[in-house]
Amino acid sequence: MSTEDVLKSKFPDDGLTFSQFRDNRRVVVPAAKLIPILSLLKSELGFDMLVELTAVDYLEYEGATDRFGVVYVLLNNHSGERLVLKTFINDPNPTLPSVYSLWKSADWLEREVFDMFGITFTGHPDLRRILMPDEFTAHPLRKDYPLKGRGERHNFPIVVRSDG
Amino acid sequence: MPFEVSDLAEMDAPEKEYLWTLNFGPQHPATHTTLRLVLTLDGETVINAVPHIGYLHSGFEKLGEHLDFNQYVTIVDRMNYISPLANEIAWHHAVEKLLGIEITPRCKYLRTILAELMRLHDHLLNVGTTGLDLGAFTAFLYAFYQREKIYDIVESASGQRFHTSYTRVGGVMFDVNKAWVEKIREFLKGFMPVHAEVHRLLTRNRIFIDRIKGVGYLSPEDAISMGVTGPLARASGVVRDLRKDEPYLAYADLDFKVIASKDGDCYARYLVRMQEMLESVKIIEQCLDNIPDGPVNIDAATHIVPPAKPSVYRSIEGLIQHFEVMMPNRGYDTPREEIYAATESPNGELGYYIVGDGTPRAYRARTRPPSYIHFAVFPHIIKGHQLSDVVAVLGSLNIIAAELDR
Repeated sequence: MSTEDVLKSKFPDDGLTFSQFRDNRRVVVPAAKLIPILSLLKSELGFDMLVELTAVDYLEYEGATDRFGVVYVLLNNHSGERLVLKTFINDPNPTLPSVYSLWKSADWLEREVFDMFGITFTGHPDLRRILMPDEFTAHPLRKDYPLKGRGERHNFPIVVRSDG
Repeated sequence: MPFEVSDLAEMDAPEKEYLWTLNFGPQHPATHTTLRLVLTLDGETVINAVPHIGYLHSGFEKLGEHLDFNQYVTIVDRMNYISPLANEIAWHHAVEKLLGIEITPRCKYLRTILAELMRLHDHLLNVGTTGLDLGAFTAFLYAFYQREKIYDIVESASGQRFHTSYTRVGGVMFDVNKAWVEKIREFLKGFMPVHAEVHRLLTRNRIFIDRIKGVGYLSPEDAISMGVTGPLARASGVVRDLRKDEPYLAYADLDFKVIASKDGDCYARYLVRMQEMLESVKIIEQCLDNIPDGPVNIDAATHIVPPAKPSVYRSIEGLIQHFEVMMPNRGYDTPREEIYAATESPNGELGYYIVGDGTPRAYRARTRPPSYIHFAVFPHIIKGHQLSDVVAVLGSLNIIAAELDR
């Protein structure tokens, strides 16, 4: 049975949508069912590697209904099969469960998504900013954040030697 | 004063006070680039390592949303600047997949040659600096001289030594000629003795082996769980190479081996890289023998690449078409779709997740940088090792901070 058939048979009422673009096989799942579906994919369908975890802010995307899409690219190391799984979440307070317990590579990938998009992952062992400084308040890859920033760079506190 | 037992009791400090904290970086010769580690030491044993990254973060992914597919190539080759063309090839591979473009056979072979030259480029530096950090200076100089020659080859093709910005959607900036092909043949002839020399200098060097054998062990289970790819994963026994498993460019036509090891330590990573260089040489030689003639860019009728210069200068249609391709407010339609496409860069799986919104600009241009994934592994594999092993493990992971922080 193909991955799609297994998912369809196990989660018949959850509105999973399957599609294919070029060689990417994709599935959109509801955020509430994310962990059961990912656990199934890992334990029974052999997707043992989380290659990529990222997010997209659909604020300015024409025709989009949800604010954020979080994308998981999974890989089955034995068969070479890939699956691109996506889920949507919305303001205010976008939150998803962490998948660190399934794949350790989620550690830094989730931290980056938190840093750049402000999406919180509950159950993550160490959810801190990773690329931006700790004092930074905004989430720069959101579409409502300007390309040139909001002047953080010019107003950054400067420590001089005489101040100790 | 007479000695009493109570004095001794006070010396029994709680265990934690024996631990030292050492700040390693962000400017340190052995990090090569800007990265910082906070190490907790018990004597010389590393108990814990916390990486702090982001010193080189420059918002590349945000820029990718504002530059078009051809402009952004100047940014992607600044990510892994040790093998810039590998990034460009990966980026345009993803863009072409999004647009559904099939590049010409000549371009496929040309890009394959360049991708493999970049693998040599990257592995030479990594092998060299691994030796350099451990005190073997000579091998580093030999390797760097060969890198210099690859710069020359790249310069003859693109006009730029370092940040080439050579690839374009649907092709490359300029075609190459026979002299360029001969130049590579000449380089390969000189490269093989140097590779053998580096082997002689390092592979059975007692000091080198003592410093890296058994250090930084990464088990295959951890490698898979942490998303490790490329030479690192193959050194741990996870045999996966996108060139074989998901062939792109001309790799399906070529004969080469995937190098792997079961040991999973720094020495295995060094050996895998050394052997991979020989496979790259094999691939380049096959490509040079079989490089097809014909156009290097796709047909200008697709309105994605500019038309040939004679047509631009001598006909109004050609001029208009050139204008349409070049002007930032014109351009072509792209599918309103999303794609993840990856290539085997020298460091591992380098993927791009592109969201197209109908314009020749990505709505979201996410990079999956191998350095980022691999640096997350570092705290796990350094625990229990000596302080002096930190540089050996860092060297073997081949972390490029510009790609790490983007």
